[in-house]
Amino acid sequence: MKLAGVRRVVIEPRYEAWREAARALLREGVCPDDVDLVDATEPLPALLFDPAQPEGDGQHRTGAHIRVPAEFVRRAEVVACHRERERWNLLYRLLWRLQSERGLLRMELDEDVARLRRMEHQVKYDLHKMHAFVRFRRGMDMDGEHFIAWYEPAHRVLGLAAPFFAERFAVMRWSILTPDGSVSWEPETKSLHFGAGVSRERAPEGDDLEEMWRTYYKSIFNPARTNITAMRSEMPVRYWKNLPEVMAMPEMLQQADARVGGMIAAQANASATAFVPQEHRLPVLQSALPACQGCDLYRCATQAVFGRGPATARLMLVGEQPGDEEDRRGEPFVGPAGRLLNELMIEAGVDREAVYVTNAVKHFKFREQGKRRLHENPRLSEIFACRPWLLAEMDAVKPKVVVCLGASAAKSLLGANFALTRNRGQVLASPYAERVIATFHPSAILRAEAERAAGYREMLVQDLRMAAEMAY
Amino acid sequence: MLSVQEKLAILADAAKYDASCASSGAKRAGNGKGIGHSDGTGICHSYTPDGRCVSLLKILLTNYCTYDCVFCVNRVSSDIRRARFTPAEVVQLTLEFYKRNYIEGLFLSSGIIQSPDYTMEQVIEVARSLREDHAFGGYIHLKAIPGASPLLVERAGRLADRLSANIELPTRQDLVQLAPDKTVSAIEDTMAEIRTRKDEADEDRKRRKAALKFAPAGQSTQMVVGATKTSDRQILETATHLYASYGLRRIYYSGFSPFPLGDTRLPQAAPPLVREHRLYQADWLMRYYKFEAQELTSDAQPNLSLSKDPKQAWAERHAEFFPVDVNTAPREALLRVPGIGYRNVERILKIRRYHRLSLEDLGKLRVRVALAKGYVIASDHLPAVSEIAAAPREGEGAVQLHLFAPEAAAVSAVTGEL
Repeated sequence: MKLAGVRRVVIEPRYEAWREAARALLREGVCPDDVDLVDATEPLPALLFDPAQPEGDGQHRTGAHIRVPAEFVRRAEVVACHRERERWNLLYRLLWRLQSERGLLRMELDEDVARLRRMEHQVKYDLHKMHAFVRFRRGMDMDGEHFIAWYEPAHRVLGLAAPFFAERFAVMRWSILTPDGSVSWEPETKSLHFGAGVSRERAPEGDDLEEMWRTYYKSIFNPARTNITAMRSEMPVRYWKNLPEVMAMPEMLQQADARVGGMIAAQANASATAFVPQEHRLPVLQSALPACQGCDLYRCATQAVFGRGPATARLMLVGEQPGDEEDRRGEPFVGPAGRLLNELMIEAGVDREAVYVTNAVKHFKFREQGKRRLHENPRLSEIFACRPWLLAEMDAVKPKVVVCLGASAAKSLLGANFALTRNRGQVLASPYAERVIATFHPSAILRAEAERAAGYREMLVQDLRMAAEMAY
Repeated sequence: MLSVQEKLAILADAAKYDASCASSGAKRAGNGKGIGHSDGTGICHSYTPDGRCVSLLKILLTNYCTYDCVFCVNRVSSDIRRARFTPAEVVQLTLEFYKRNYIEGLFLSSGIIQSPDYTMEQVIEVARSLREDHAFGGYIHLKAIPGASPLLVERAGRLADRLSANIELPTRQDLVQLAPDKTVSAIEDTMAEIRTRKDEADEDRKRRKAALKFAPAGQSTQMVVGATKTSDRQILETATHLYASYGLRRIYYSGFSPFPLGDTRLPQAAPPLVREHRLYQADWLMRYYKFEAQELTSDAQPNLSLSKDPKQAWAERHAEFFPVDVNTAPREALLRVPGIGYRNVERILKIRRYHRLSLEDLGKLRVRVALAKGYVIASDHLPAVSEIAAAPREGEGAVQLHLFAPEAAAVSAVTGEL
């Protein structure tokens, strides 16, 4: 603020207005200390007395060619958009000094130059944020789609920002409305039209897509890393009011803890490891099994079903999980599928008493339908959770050959991507056993239509026979 | 049948573990036929409450995956909701979001379905449609699927601004242990393929301006940290190898999530978010400050200090290097002074040609004077010997959490306690 008594020049808030006034003042030789360049949008302080208008020395620069580095013009155009009233005076002072101090702009420690740099930075920051935070809303009128945005920049950057949007959205009809001015783009003529500032009622209230955008915003947020401070420093609160996604924030923060809980559940591997005894002897394992809560299946099943057979067995059969009857009786393969398996073993010449029979999953998984309990396939996570029991049994028995009956057992020992149709009946090595053969589960025969069932049966018997030959 | 909005919720959620959202490094002028351009600097259109930038529509094409990587929430054995976008749905979403100025473009990744080649083809189809059917000029970042055929990598690079193949874990052993379906060689083969194609394309463009570009914003990668016991020393060695061998633009370090944010009331914030931050600082020192990976850690202390930034930690270990005279020292020495950033180093070099800098001058340049003054000589300042010697030594109390302490992690994630 300058003392009364200096000459006062009113400048419209445009770079060109300042340039005209500054040229005239410089030609006249008016020293920056003797003039106050006042922005036209600023209220004029009342003058206490009528100032004697200081004149320039009149000859100082009249007729002299005004020279400024191109760099100054470029930077002055940017700083002219700053809202601080002192910018016009600062620019004039720099212009004045540049006439005699050639390298001035390189003097970064000079107070005027430092201030220029700071203001320039603030305007460019606001410009960058405008590129980022303008949100178009789609409207329709007689000419078709019209994308309209309401935006409140911190500085007068609309003119600087418009070319960016013109290039980016060249094929769209769009307008940006701000309190200081507005701009529209005509895709047919490829031209920008600047107009007066308008009030926010002229912009559309919303856009159907904003709900979708909020969905994205909510989902891409990682609640385990909540850090509002970092967010605020990058997206200052003053920009929030025109961002449709920010509306979703209170809800996001409220739900953050619950979502983290869900993420942990998804990450955590359910596992029976903690329940399996160190000592891998069958009686020890069997007595520890009922306490297992390695996954959630224990909640509904009657009991956990341990394997059955001699600890010296050379052949081990692994099914999927206990069925309804097995669950009630606590023994593996005693239901319809078990009875069929007995038949098939006889057919294949395998002595059931010499074989160890167990399941990949030790609890029965089912859903209730009326009074009936219908078998449900265990999920992979449940199969893997239960695997420590199976491995402990294998360690106790040390069979020569393991036969996996059905895909669930095969996935447990041969990996999640195992496909029965691709590798049935082959002798495979697994990280857990040297020789594993995967084949159909007897229940597949029970479920299949007659023609197919005969085929399955034949293959299953053949695989059992091969396994037995290898084992003995 | 899921709606597009439901799919978006699932497939954005599944993509949130990928740290990268950069849209910088590629200049693309508006083409006059479709929407979109790129001015090279990258724009963050929003920020989520985790402080992360939202620049691109970052989604998976599908979160079905046949792989079983232990650290990944989308692994085949994970019980999550699954969804799959059609390429057309992704194209529409990208265009409509872009038109409203929500995003700079698309970052598309995918779970592995059927085979790496099939997956890559699906991802490429989205980019092809955007570029060819809609003349889309915005930014496209595609995930290169390790093991996809070179021909597909070539096609992806012609359409995308950036390609990335995730290294996933810092060492070969980690990968064998936690990502059994992926192999280091397949990942690095894909990276090598990208580099070769890009070098060829850049070479062609030197001779012929009209030659086609290939991934003009280069390639990046991501590794998950804190899921294994691997030390920072090993991580930085791997990083050096990757930067040198494949010309990567960026490596993203992603602290194994979910992990809690350190409560600011705790005396020492919790790893691995702090650890992740320190790794980024170390990475930055290697790329912009000419530090070597080996200098930042030692065999005796293979992890970066959690309480101090690595530059300061290095300075405290090397009292013999200081003080550095800001008015005479070469660039390399100035770059090693704590509190002086690389941009300020350039400014100091310019200014001192005509002016001897004082401490006050450094303050005007926004150097962190309180930190720097123990290490520099300025026109009006000599540091007291005690200022350097008295610098506190490293106190390495914090323990890195890792994946195989699930109970501890789960508890701390819920309570915020460590």
